[in-house]
Amino acid sequence: MKTKNLITITAAVLATVTIFTSCSKEEGCTDPIANNYNVEAEKDDGSCTYTATPPVATTHSKITFNFTHNFDGTAVTNSNFNQFDFVNAFGDTLSISKLRYLISEIRLHKANGDSVLITGHNLVDVTNATDLSYATTIDVPVGTYSGVSFNFGFDSVDNAGNHIDLNSASWNWPGMLGGGYHFMQMEGKFKHLGNDSIYAYHHGTARASIGVFEQNFFNVNLAGVTLTGANVDMEIKMDISEWYKNPNTWDLNALHAPLMPIYNAQIMMQQNGPSTFSLGTVTQ
Amino acid sequence: MKNTTTYLIIITLSITLYACSKSNEGCTDPLATNYNTDAKEDDGSCVYVITPVVGNQMTPAPLEIPQIFAQNILDPVIPVNNSQTIEGIALGRKLFYDPILSGDGTQSCSSCHSAEFSFTDSAKFSTGITGAMGDRQSMPIFNVAWNYNEKFFWDGRANSLEEQALGPVVNPVEMNNTWVSAVASLQANSSYPTLFNAAFGTTTIDSNLVAKALAQFERTLISANSKFDRFLLGQESLTTNEINGFAIFDDPDRGDCSHCHGTANNPLWTDNLFHNNGLDATFADLGRALVTNDPNDNGKFKTPSLRNLAYSAPYMHDGRFQTLDEVIDHYSTGVTISATIDPLMELQSNGGSNLTPSEKADLKAFLLALSDSEFINNLDFQAQ
Repeated sequence: MKTKNLITITAAVLATVTIFTSCSKEEGCTDPIANNYNVEAEKDDGSCTYTATPPVATTHSKITFNFTHNFDGTAVTNSNFNQFDFVNAFGDTLSISKLRYLISEIRLHKANGDSVLITGHNLVDVTNATDLSYATTIDVPVGTYSGVSFNFGFDSVDNAGNHIDLNSASWNWPGMLGGGYHFMQMEGKFKHLGNDSIYAYHHGTARASIGVFEQNFFNVNLAGVTLTGANVDMEIKMDISEWYKNPNTWDLNALHAPLMPIYNAQIMMQQNGPSTFSLGTVTQ
Repeated sequence: MKNTTTYLIIITLSITLYACSKSNEGCTDPLATNYNTDAKEDDGSCVYVITPVVGNQMTPAPLEIPQIFAQNILDPVIPVNNSQTIEGIALGRKLFYDPILSGDGTQSCSSCHSAEFSFTDSAKFSTGITGAMGDRQSMPIFNVAWNYNEKFFWDGRANSLEEQALGPVVNPVEMNNTWVSAVASLQANSSYPTLFNAAFGTTTIDSNLVAKALAQFERTLISANSKFDRFLLGQESLTTNEINGFAIFDDPDRGDCSHCHGTANNPLWTDNLFHNNGLDATFADLGRALVTNDPNDNGKFKTPSLRNLAYSAPYMHDGRFQTLDEVIDHYSTGVTISATIDPLMELQSNGGSNLTPSEKADLKAFLLALSDSEFINNLDFQAQ
């Protein structure tokens, strides 16, 4: 009887061992982060449980700049193009048939003088409604910034570079006018002595005299912003009417085309430009 | 008791088997030699008999990008579903020169796009197989892979080079065929099914494969070795006339050519966009507007490249100018204002740029320095 018991126990033990050996692909929670992580489990059975963790604090933002356009407050898109919808400060009635411009070197400024530079450039093309949104990839620390700035066009270093994206977009500025790149091409028509006449408001390096050039980009300073989110959408508004005033009231009858070789025209554009931009809606 | 023990062992084993059947691992791929129909989870044990590749191996043949392009402009546009292969290019080349695509077997693409004329022809309008004439000049073909906007034809009605290639075969004033008929001719031909199999892995020919092969060949038609290219690369110098001519080209007060035709930093010498360059006050041909239905596009046509002008006369969409002198005269004093004239014709209020005779001669000298004789003589581009 004792022998029989021994056999029974042995059999039971063997069977149990068999079960554990042959069934080593145990099911259970396989996620090491879970509370009930089972090191033996090789197949997850959906049983994992977790302790809720506090959200990780946002430390940096990635900013997408969205460029919008208006003429003295009236929204402008390419759907308004080729219509005499606009009157400038001088009183010229005008239409727009093309608008594209280059911005570069966006910078966020701290009150203490520190700043964060977002390198790179973006060619905003209102005509084709492309690159109206400029998604930057640089991590900008969250916090309060006293101002946002960018270059309209290129500074002398960037303008001396060879930018294949801009070459491919036929964006170069003639070598005899100092070379580099256009900063803006704004074109259309205006009412001139009863007829429709064209204008080509092109901005770039200024030629003071033959072979003598002046840098002609300008720095745009916008209002401050407090960054809190990981992804921030920032609207930059261009009021096109400002290109025609403040400080120089622009008469298209006198200055329409070609403007690129005219030094005074180029300088007046540079003077009128900074007030065209303002910071719009910030969402995050 | 002995029975009880046996019973226990059987039950235990049954439980073991039952418990383990869920995680039965093995090879789960029906194509494998050791496919296990019972296996529910693949354990990576599958073994296969290595089978010979059915069909063909296409040989990649990426475009060789000229230095002057690589330095200055973005990469060419190659559709993801039509990468360049040796077999595809060879097939495209054969098709380009084969009159089999036309309705009566008398015209090929090369009839109106001949290498000696920089892949256009010398006629104002080309004559199709029926004797009917088109109403626009045949366009030259080169550097078409760098058309970033991917708008082809004078009016941009085709949105890819492949789509462009589909057009002339069935155009009544060109090859006047149907694709059903063209494909049937190719299918019945003794060599084409094999060539299509080599290029695309199928002997079943269709118009899209014909267009793909033609597009592959056309993308190889790269022109980047003009005198001016060599000058930019520091390999050759220009004459004084040519240098002066380039200055006129670039000068907004004189030529003002660069807005549409590019600068030394853009070796394409076209923006590939659509402009009204002041040819007419009213339009016999609405051009781009026929595609967009936008009256603001009336009379606009695609900017042609300034490369290879020495070979590609006559000029303009309607071939109205026989010589470069006539073209320069147009921009100098012949500019006609119309409702849609481009603001980039900045000197339009004066009828043009009013060049002096010597300025015209210099500008012409520069323009001719953009011609590439190696391109028109390249045997790789010609019929085999």
